[in-house]
Amino acid sequence: MNTEVIIEALPSYFDGVLVTLQLLGVALLLGLILAVPLGIARASANKFLSWSVWSYTYVIRGTPMLVQLFLIYFGLAQFAIVRDSALWPWLSSAWFCAVLAFTLNTAAYTAEIIAGAIRAIPAGEVEAAKSLGLSRWQVLWRIVLPAGLRRALPAYSNEVIMMLHGTSLASTVTLVDLTGAAREMNARFYLPFEAFITAGVFYLALTGILVGLFHLAEKRWLRHLAPRQSRYAVAVAIQT
Amino acid sequence: MSILTKLFGGVFCMIASFALVNAVSTAHAQNAQPKKIRIGVEGAYPPFSKIDPSGKLSGFDIDITNALCAVMKTECVLVQQAFDGMIPALQTRKIDAVIASMSITDERKKAVDFSDKYYQTPARFVTKTGAKLAATPDGLKGRKIGVQRATVHDRYATDFFKAAQIVRYTKQDEVFLDMTSGRVDAALVDIVAAQQGFLKTAQGKGFEFTGPVYDDPKYFGVGAGVALRKGNDQLRGEFNKAIAAIRSNGTYKKIQDKYFDFDVYGTNSGTSSGAATVAAPAPVAPAVKK
Amino acid sequence: MLHGFLPTLIEGTGITLAVAFLSLIIAILLGLVGAAARLSASPVLRGIAAVYTTVIRGVPDLVLMLLIFYGGQLAVNIIAAQMGVEEPIDINPFVAGVATIGFIFGAYLTETFRGALMAIHPGQREAGLAFGMSPFKVFIRITFPQMIRFAIPGFTNNWLVLVKSTALVSVIGLTDMMHRAGMAAGATREPFTFYLAAAAIYLAITTVSLLILRALEKRVNVGIRRLA
Repeated sequence: MNTEVIIEALPSYFDGVLVTLQLLGVALLLGLILAVPLGIARASANKFLSWSVWSYTYVIRGTPMLVQLFLIYFGLAQFAIVRDSALWPWLSSAWFCAVLAFTLNTAAYTAEIIAGAIRAIPAGEVEAAKSLGLSRWQVLWRIVLPAGLRRALPAYSNEVIMMLHGTSLASTVTLVDLTGAAREMNARFYLPFEAFITAGVFYLALTGILVGLFHLAEKRWLRHLAPRQSRYAVAVAIQT
Repeated sequence: MSILTKLFGGVFCMIASFALVNAVSTAHAQNAQPKKIRIGVEGAYPPFSKIDPSGKLSGFDIDITNALCAVMKTECVLVQQAFDGMIPALQTRKIDAVIASMSITDERKKAVDFSDKYYQTPARFVTKTGAKLAATPDGLKGRKIGVQRATVHDRYATDFFKAAQIVRYTKQDEVFLDMTSGRVDAALVDIVAAQQGFLKTAQGKGFEFTGPVYDDPKYFGVGAGVALRKGNDQLRGEFNKAIAAIRSNGTYKKIQDKYFDFDVYGTNSGTSSGAATVAAPAPVAPAVKK
Repeated sequence: MLHGFLPTLIEGTGITLAVAFLSLIIAILLGLVGAAARLSASPVLRGIAAVYTTVIRGVPDLVLMLLIFYGGQLAVNIIAAQMGVEEPIDINPFVAGVATIGFIFGAYLTETFRGALMAIHPGQREAGLAFGMSPFKVFIRITFPQMIRFAIPGFTNNWLVLVKSTALVSVIGLTDMMHRAGMAAGATREPFTFYLAAAAIYLAITTVSLLILRALEKRVNVGIRRLA
């Protein structure tokens, strides 16, 4: 393992991490903001709402993000109308195209996760709320969303990490994120192991931080669903 | 044994046996055919290599490959690879040779061995007609230069045009795509690939060559050769003999004429001559390299 | 319209599907084992499973694929050389791709199954044990059927992501559909056309998958009242 080359290339890796985090942060934030109302609409009884959102998530989830990214970055640029339009300063930027593609993608997946979690709430909870006279918005805000978002946590943690990995696709449209830095190192020195293992270690660290954060979140918010302690501990708890 | 241990063990055994069977059967098949080598080709660098609609590889590099293999009486399997993965693939024995317009440079020679060259063409900048961009480090200050990753053009632009922003792409045609859409201001490309792959096409209208021809052997090498694993002298010798053979028996000229109306082999000396201003790849291009 | 590239695209689709299905089988097995380990009483098993899911979920598929492909090849060759085998043993891209993707998505399915298992009321398992059923019987008769219901949304997600990540095998030399679409786009300078075609094909695969999984979801949710 050629450690000298790795150390020499470290600054570019750190720059890459910065780009990766920027892409991830913006895409996740915008995506989540989009996804919560979309998810609620998707899980609603109103067929029109549900189906409209469905057609969006269907197309996005049904195609690889790589294709979506290429369509936005390379595909749109093919048309003169696009290049002459007012949107071109935005669309000519690789960063903007990548964030757009990532945001649309994560919004679709997250909407489905939230919808699924909402549907998994025991119907009795909602009926109880209604019977207590809570309005529809109150039911939504106080019962459905808290319960639904909590249940969505494990699946959402998956999604966040998928997104982190998804940002590696940015390197295919000229952005020098973490994977881009690894590819440059590989291209310069022909050392794929050193280049990609280093990138792997960085991703692992980033993921570790995210997993840790979600672990804390789950401990706090999913305490009511965790597997029980051993039977011995339960028996002791009952007796004391 | 608990259920879990059994499950673990079962899954592991399954995967291991599957992999083993496949590896062994492949090895057996290979042992049955003695003379077979895998050649890495790109398929995305017209006119040297491209894929036609039916999925078949074609181009100058491909024809040369087939001609060489015919002379060497070896069965050659063409394996498509991204350009920046060629040398690693060679080193890990995924392929045995690379015929993908790869320039013979000292830097690459640290990692792989090369045969004699099989052609030699220079590099040049392509810009939009009327953009009035000077092909100098100052002239391109702050501009975007598009190159294909891991090529000699990438290396040269990175080292000499530090004031410009170097944008790297996986495939050459992505560079051209972004040239037409205006995302990059200039591209440093091989003259022939630019001419035939871009300038002569409909999308290439409104673009032209700018600046001098680049041929510094330190960066651009002494021509394109067949890359082989370090120490693989036997195969190297065979390729050299084959290259000499097709040069002398007219096969090379036949293939060359199919794609170019000029001599693409270049002279052997490989000395630098920056004064050679070439508007188009001239018939005699002394010491101009790709 | 597709400039004659359609046959090669369809051929590539076959390869894409083959890789996807074989990987899925491996991934489901690993996922069940992993989830059980993750929730087991033994800290050792929990630790191993946690390391597995953490490492795999911690590195992008692309990076893992390159590492396993080049690294695995090198390791096999070194071992083979030491055993005295002359010819280089070639792990073909298909096997490498299937093994890698199966291994990667085993980790993701572990998490999905874990979430599904956690969503089942613990009392269900306790009741089964109280009746004298063995842990294995409890799993097969009580836990697993209920787990499917909760796992389906996540599983659907994982399957769709798996199908799409097969596009990455083109990086290790497998000429699947995505690879061929890219080549066609480069050859014709019409990226929009071919990426749209690729998108349409993936959408077709997705449609069929969703139909099947939706039917499954309906089946396992029989008798469960939905939120009105």
